[in-house]
Formats: sequence, C-alpha cells, structure tokens
Amino acid sequence: MAKSQVSMTVNGKKVEELVEPRMLLIHFLREQLHLTGPHIGCDTSHCGACTIDLDGKSVKSCTVFTVQANGADIRTIEGMAAADGTLHVLQEAFREMHGLQCGFCTPGMITRAYRLLQESKNPTEEEIRLGISGNLCRCTGYQNIVKAIQYAAAKISGVPFQEAAE
Amino acid sequence: MNEMTPTSAERAEKLQGMGCKRKRVEDIRFVQGKGNYVDDIKLPGMLYGDFTRSPHAHARVKKIDTTKAAAVPGVVAVITAETLKTVNLAWMPTLAGDVQMVLADGKVVFQNQEVAFVIAEDRYTAADAAELVEVEYEALPCNVDPLKAMAANAPVIREDVKDKKEGAHGPRKHYNHVFNWQAGDKAAADAAFAKADVTIKEMIVYPRVHPCPLETCQCVASFDKIKGELTLWGTFQAPHVIRTVGSLISKIPEHKIHVIAPDIGGGFGNKVGAYPGYICAIVASIVTGRPVKWVEDRIENLSTTAFARDFYMETEIAATKDGKVTGLRCYTVADHGAFDACANATKWPAGLFSIISGSYDIPAAHVSVDGVYTNKAPGGVAYRCSFRVTEAAYAIERAMDIMAQKLRMDPVEFRMKNLIRREQFPYTSAFGWVYDSGDYQTALNKAVETVGYKKLRAEQKKQQEAFKRGETRELMGIGVAFFTEIVGAGPSRNCDILGIAMFDSAEIRIHPTGTGICRLGTKSQGQGHETTYAQIIATELGLPADNIMVEEGNTDTAPYGLGTYGSRSIPVSGAATAMACRKIKAKAQMIAAYMLEVHDDDLEWDVDRFRVKGNPDRFKTMTELAWAAYHEVPPGMEPGLEAINYYDPPNFTFPFGAYICVLDVDVDTGSTKVRRFYALDDCGTRINPMIIEGQIHGGLTEAFGIAMGQEIHYDEDGNVTTASLMDYFLPTAVETPKWETDWTTTPSPHHPIGAKGVGESPNVGGVPCFSNAVNDAFGFLGSTNIPMPHDNWRTWTAAENLGLHK
Repeated sequence: MAKSQVSMTVNGKKVEELVEPRMLLIHFLREQLHLTGPHIGCDTSHCGACTIDLDGKSVKSCTVFTVQANGADIRTIEGMAAADGTLHVLQEAFREMHGLQCGFCTPGMITRAYRLLQESKNPTEEEIRLGISGNLCRCTGYQNIVKAIQYAAAKISGVPFQEAAE
Repeated sequence: MNEMTPTSAERAEKLQGMGCKRKRVEDIRFVQGKGNYVDDIKLPGMLYGDFTRSPHAHARVKKIDTTKAAAVPGVVAVITAETLKTVNLAWMPTLAGDVQMVLADGKVVFQNQEVAFVIAEDRYTAADAAELVEVEYEALPCNVDPLKAMAANAPVIREDVKDKKEGAHGPRKHYNHVFNWQAGDKAAADAAFAKADVTIKEMIVYPRVHPCPLETCQCVASFDKIKGELTLWGTFQAPHVIRTVGSLISKIPEHKIHVIAPDIGGGFGNKVGAYPGYICAIVASIVTGRPVKWVEDRIENLSTTAFARDFYMETEIAATKDGKVTGLRCYTVADHGAFDACANATKWPAGLFSIISGSYDIPAAHVSVDGVYTNKAPGGVAYRCSFRVTEAAYAIERAMDIMAQKLRMDPVEFRMKNLIRREQFPYTSAFGWVYDSGDYQTALNKAVETVGYKKLRAEQKKQQEAFKRGETRELMGIGVAFFTEIVGAGPSRNCDILGIAMFDSAEIRIHPTGTGICRLGTKSQGQGHETTYAQIIATELGLPADNIMVEEGNTDTAPYGLGTYGSRSIPVSGAATAMACRKIKAKAQMIAAYMLEVHDDDLEWDVDRFRVKGNPDRFKTMTELAWAAYHEVPPGMEPGLEAINYYDPPNFTFPFGAYICVLDVDVDTGSTKVRRFYALDDCGTRINPMIIEGQIHGGLTEAFGIAMGQEIHYDEDGNVTTASLMDYFLPTAVETPKWETDWTTTPSPHHPIGAKGVGESPNVGGVPCFSNAVNDAFGFLGSTNIPMPHDNWRTWTAAENLGLHK
C-alpha cells in the first residue's frame, strides 16, 4: 500500500513519518513513535484508554487515522511531566488520592482530566463524572479518580483541597 | 535515652509498615505511561498472529482453504488444526480435567471459536489475511440453554466424549453431562424439610458474565531453536502454572521455559486460564523461528476467553415459623460451555460452592451440581471471587430475603436470628468448612445503626402507601446482604491444580546495607503488591518499606507459586512473607546476641532493633545486623541474610461483611437510582487501609455492573449478542454510585499476621445487595424474585408483570 507522509508535533517534538493511509493514530503512536502511554482497551471507541490531547481537544486515538492528524499538535501522558521530571499536578494527584490501580486506563484518564481542567477550572463532582464518562476504569470505581481531579483543580487554583463530606 | 532518640512510635511510623496508608510505589511509572504491559513488548523480527473464527455456534468444518490468506504479501504462515496435529497440539488439556480444541478439529462448537491462526509481519496484514481463510461449514442444530442440555434429543456437542460413561469428576449421565458433584448430608437436609414449618423454593439464576479487564489477554512467544528455550511474556495471573502446563503440553522441559508476566491491566479471573492464543503463538514461534505476538481484541475477549457464573440454582430453605433456619438444599445446573475449562482447584468441579450456607448457623444442608455442555464459549472463571463463592453468596442471600418475606419478618431481624454467633467460632458448617473467626452480629449492628435502618424502613413504608394511593410512581428498595467468603486457596489437603498443591511462596534477601528484595509466586494485576508486601516486611523486620523492592511474575527468579486470584495473595503469600521474615529475624537475633555478648533470650525486639532486656541503650538495629550478616557472623554460622518460605495454609480464611443499599425505582421507566451504598468489610488485620478502600470501591463498581446490567447473552442460534462494549455494560463514572466504606477487624487466628484478603469481598457481597434492593422495592406487591441483571428493561418488565402500568 502506498504510504503517505505525515508531520505533526508530539509532546513538543516535531515528527515526520511515512504511514499507510489506514493506520490508526493509536498504532502510529505506539508502534512507530514507540510511546507506551496510550493503550488499547476496545475496538469501539468506548473505553478511552487511548485518549490523547489533539489540537486542544480530547481525542480517542483509536478512532482517528494518522493521516487525519497531519499537522496536529498532540500531547500524550508522556508529555505531561515537566522537562526536569517533576510530575504534573494531575499525575501527583492520582497517586496522592489512590486514583489508579492497574494503571491501564490511567494515561488516558489523566490526559482527559488535563483537558477537562483546561475547559473548566473548578468543575463540580457531577461535571467531573460527566467529563470523564468516555474513559472506563475497571479497578477504582471512579470515586478516587474524581477526588484526584478535585485535588488537582484545587492545587492549580491555589486553594486548599477539601474532601467533600460523605 | 536522650531526648534526640526517637521513640518506638516515631521509629515505627517512619517504617511505613502495616496499618498505614502508604502511597503506592507502582504509581510512579503508571501515571507517566511507563508501565510495561505485554503490548508494549517489542522484539526484533517480531510477527503478529490473528485468528480466523467461526461465525457458527455449531457446525461441521468440511474444508479449510488457506491458499488466499497465505498468498497475501507479508503473511509468513497460516496454522490450522492439521498443522497443530503434527506437534500433537490440536487439542489441549484444560485445568478442569477436560480437553479443548486449540483450533477447530472437524467441527466448531461455539461462535467465534478459533479456526485458523495467521502469522504476518504486522497486525494489519494478519487481520486482512485472517479474513481470507476460506472455511466451508455445514451448520448443525445448536443448544445454548443449559436446562435443555440433557434432554433426550439435545444436539451432541462433544463427539469426542459422547460415549464416555466416566468424566474427570465421576460418572456421566448424558452425552452433554460433564459431572455431578454433591456436598453435605442429603438425608439430614431432607429430614429437616420434611418437618419444617415453612419452606421456600426459588430458581435463582446468576447469568453468564465476563470479567472484562481493560487490557485483554495477550502474549509474546519467542522460541530459541539453538538453545531449545521458550520465553513467553503474557497476561498471566498465575505465571508458574502457565510454565508447568506449557511444559506438559509442549513437552519443552520446564527449565527451558521462561514465563514472564509484566504489568497486567486488570485480571479479575480472566487471566488465570490457558487459551488457544497462547498455544498458537508458541507454535507459530517454533514454526517461524521468530517471536510472535498475539493480542486479543475486545470482541474476542468477551466472546471467547473466560466467562464467569452461568449457574441455575434451585434453592430451598426450611425454617421454623418463628424464623430459625433448619435446612438448606440447592440443586444447580452449571453451564460450562463447549469445553470444561473452569479455573477451579482440580478436585472441585463446582469450586467452593458449598460455602452456600453463608453466614448462618444451618444444621442440615445439601447441594448437588450438574455441569453440562452447551454451544457457548468455555471458561468458568471466578470473576473477582474465589471459585464459585459469588454464586453461592448470591443464592443464599437472595433465598434468605425470600424466606424473610414469606415469614413476614424484616430481613435484618431474620438474618440476625440465624447468623453464626461469635462464641461459635471456629465454626464447622453443615458442609464441613471450619470458619476461622467472625463477629457477625457486631458487624450487622454497626451497619444497621450507621445507615439508620429503622428510619429507612419507616420512610419506605410511607412511600409504599403513597404509591398505593397513586401519589408517586417511585418505589424505594432497601437491600441487605451479609456475606462470608472462603478465600486463600488453599490448604494442600483440599486444593491442588493438576496435582500441584496450592501453596504460595516468598523469598526475601536482605542486602548488606539493609535494603532488600522480596520475590513471590503471586502476581499483581493492580492490587498494589509492590506496596503492601513491603509493608509486611517493614513491620516484621523493622526496615523501611521504601528499602524493599517487591518483584513478581518472572518464573526464573520468583519462587514457585500458584498466582493471584481467589483473594489468595495475602492469605497465602502474605503469610509466606511474614514467615520468611521471621526466619531472617531469628538469624538476626543470633547475630545481635553475638555482637552484644548476651544470650539470645536476653534480647527483645523493639520496632527496628534487638535491645538488651532492661538496658535499652544497648541495641543493634536491623540495618546494622544486615551489615554484620555479611561481615561478622558468629563462628560456624553461614553468612548472608535471606530466607524463603513455602506456605501451605492450615485453613482457608473467611472474610465477611455487611452491606446495605438504598435505591429508588421509577416503575414507568424501569430506571433505578442508587441513593446510598454502605459497605462494612472485615478482612482481619488491615495492611494498607487506602488500598483496601480502593479495592472495595472497585469491587462494588464491578458488582454494580453485574447486578444492574451485565450479561453475556446468546440468541437461539448461538450468536453471542453482547460481545462488545456497545452491548456489554461497563459502568462509567456517571452511573457509578458513591461508596461509603466501613470496617470491623476480626483477625484470622491461623494466619501469621491475621489477614484474610479483601479484593473480592465487594463483588461477592455487592451483587446480592443490589439485587436484594431491587427485589425489595417490589416485594410488598407480592413479587419474590426478579432475575438479574436489573437493567431498565427487566425492571420495567417486572413492574409490567405486576400490573403496575394499568
């Protein structure tokens, strides 16, 4: 199959590659760029394990052809921490609040939460639950994920994190 | 002691040992996308395998033509049963004593069964070519209803065993019969029913469901022809079992098989068994001389590897009119699919189902289980439970509610009257299980008081009256469940897998500088073992948890163990860890005595050191003793500081809990809204309360999914209609209720640290609690048992059947 040339920015780095036109973006990121953060959990765009940030939107990279991402600015979980290795506040929050167990949904979940907090600085619990409803987790029951996102939101806003009363 | 010396309590806190909410060490890599899961493994020259699968549930395979597939550029080989026969691998033994086709041999017996395996340079080409394998089928009549499996004219599913009168578990009474298994005392149970004041009998169905971890089953096989060695990376909950079974099947000597389970993206029982994909990847690597990766997609996962439940339980309870249970009977038909590939301890074809007497003091009981073949996928794993414990807990907890309803007693009052009393422990059940410890009344009382149970019942009564007056279309349901699990398989007198006793192990090496490594036979799939085992060691040895590395999953380096499932890691390997620590500590004490020039008995342990009794300023810390172990051991003593323990538990452990659910049902839409869910768990000694809470949240969410919407459903033609996340319900953050957790602590008397295991309790107790809540909402209208899953359609149908829409 004839290959197409694509160029894009991934985690701040410019990449130029040749790909089959039918290659899904998730396979491009994982197989060709050797990223291990975005995962594959389903075939139907339901699970969200492959979520990345593409031109300022949360996108399930299993539902996008690589060629559609030509020219895009992409950020994955690998681009979250600072250059000196300091974790992003969301990464810290997920650990602090026990917002992960097996870790398989975590990169997609954090990447989605990152965009959610860009869209809304101080979301309510209901907004967070709706905001991450495209990302499935089989381990945590979401409660601590919600708490982690609230913790990160508070920290970004510079206000003390207060756990909601049960 | 001067004021600069930290107190014992301060030193203990720094260790981050048992009881503290230690943050998880594995999270550092997971939050950065740096976990190492099977699909992250890439080897030079690696090929990809993909299956051609059967569209039929039951058909004769007339012809397989691989010509077109093999001709696709990039295809390296196509394997069929004929290829596998040359290495005697067309069929493989199952863990349950049956055999299973690896690739279709003569016929297919369930939809999506593996027919051919295509190996190609990349996964796209493999998928393309798998579509081009031409198979000629002759459709056969199929059966997917276990209750019809033993009918006189039922289709013969397994021609290979059709005429066998004996199976792996005794006599067979029909060509689709797998086994009959019984426990308890039938005569005593029958006698109890004969003289009972009140009896109930209900067919309680636990539908077929699937564990559906977010990462599917997958492996990479790499066979080195020169060395004759196989390395197999895979999503294995039990890597050593895979190595042994792999050796027995492939005839590759066991020491030349290296099984490695890297990070696993959830298991929940799905990743216990051995699947055709693994065998095909291994054979493909042998045939091609290159590494081969096989990654299941979600549809393949849901429709072929490891279903759970599918138990049809006719359950009966006998009681006196004042509410004392006198007898229990249960006759179960178990749908095993087309091959008996249950992941049970080998001698237990229905697992530990005889825990069905639950938390109650029932004098006489009997169960009988018939396993049958149908045209459905094989499996029968414990989806976040210990071998059929969930089915048992569901049956007894549903039946207790039905009996309470018949007696016009409150379900809490009825349970309270029948719970095993604290002074009865250790308690021997009618089935012979010896429950280690419990304080059930305290737990149930705490639950009832915390949720304000009496007030809730009063509110419900008002709501029911308003409903009858036509003032509301909502009903309120209050679900109560009190469960007891049997976990930590298991004692060698009870449990083995293919003859291997179900012990587990820990090997600890303390390095000269006082850090160390612990390797175990278990394998975390998200449970946080790297964090919790180190906490046990921190407390036992007085070394900071941060200084202990925990390693699992590599069969070359880890001591032999049976893996992680059935909540067995802490009950078995946790015990092994403590026992190995105690060996190390005993040696350290001798070194300390030598260094301090006192007798061993003159020393006492204080958090992180041995000190001279009555003279606390004379001490040696464990870190100092570690150095000394490599530097100045007493004359005649072997240097070094390490130990290994293989722990054969004296008994199972019996975690328990009291759960209460409050929900509202809209009778016109069938929708339900969980208002409140309270879970009190008693898992004995608590190692990391943060992780325990996380396990309970997750297990309750799985229970919510199962009770309210999950089902692997087949139509009459054997088409599986719920094989993707389009149709198979996984709760999102929106549907998932908020969880309230609580605990009591009743340590196990036979476990070195008193821990009982917790991971599966919320699934075991959660499912009946949700189901009882939905049933409770309708109970006052005369309904006794609305079947799971309680999705909107079924709940609406229940309302319709009760005439609520007229």
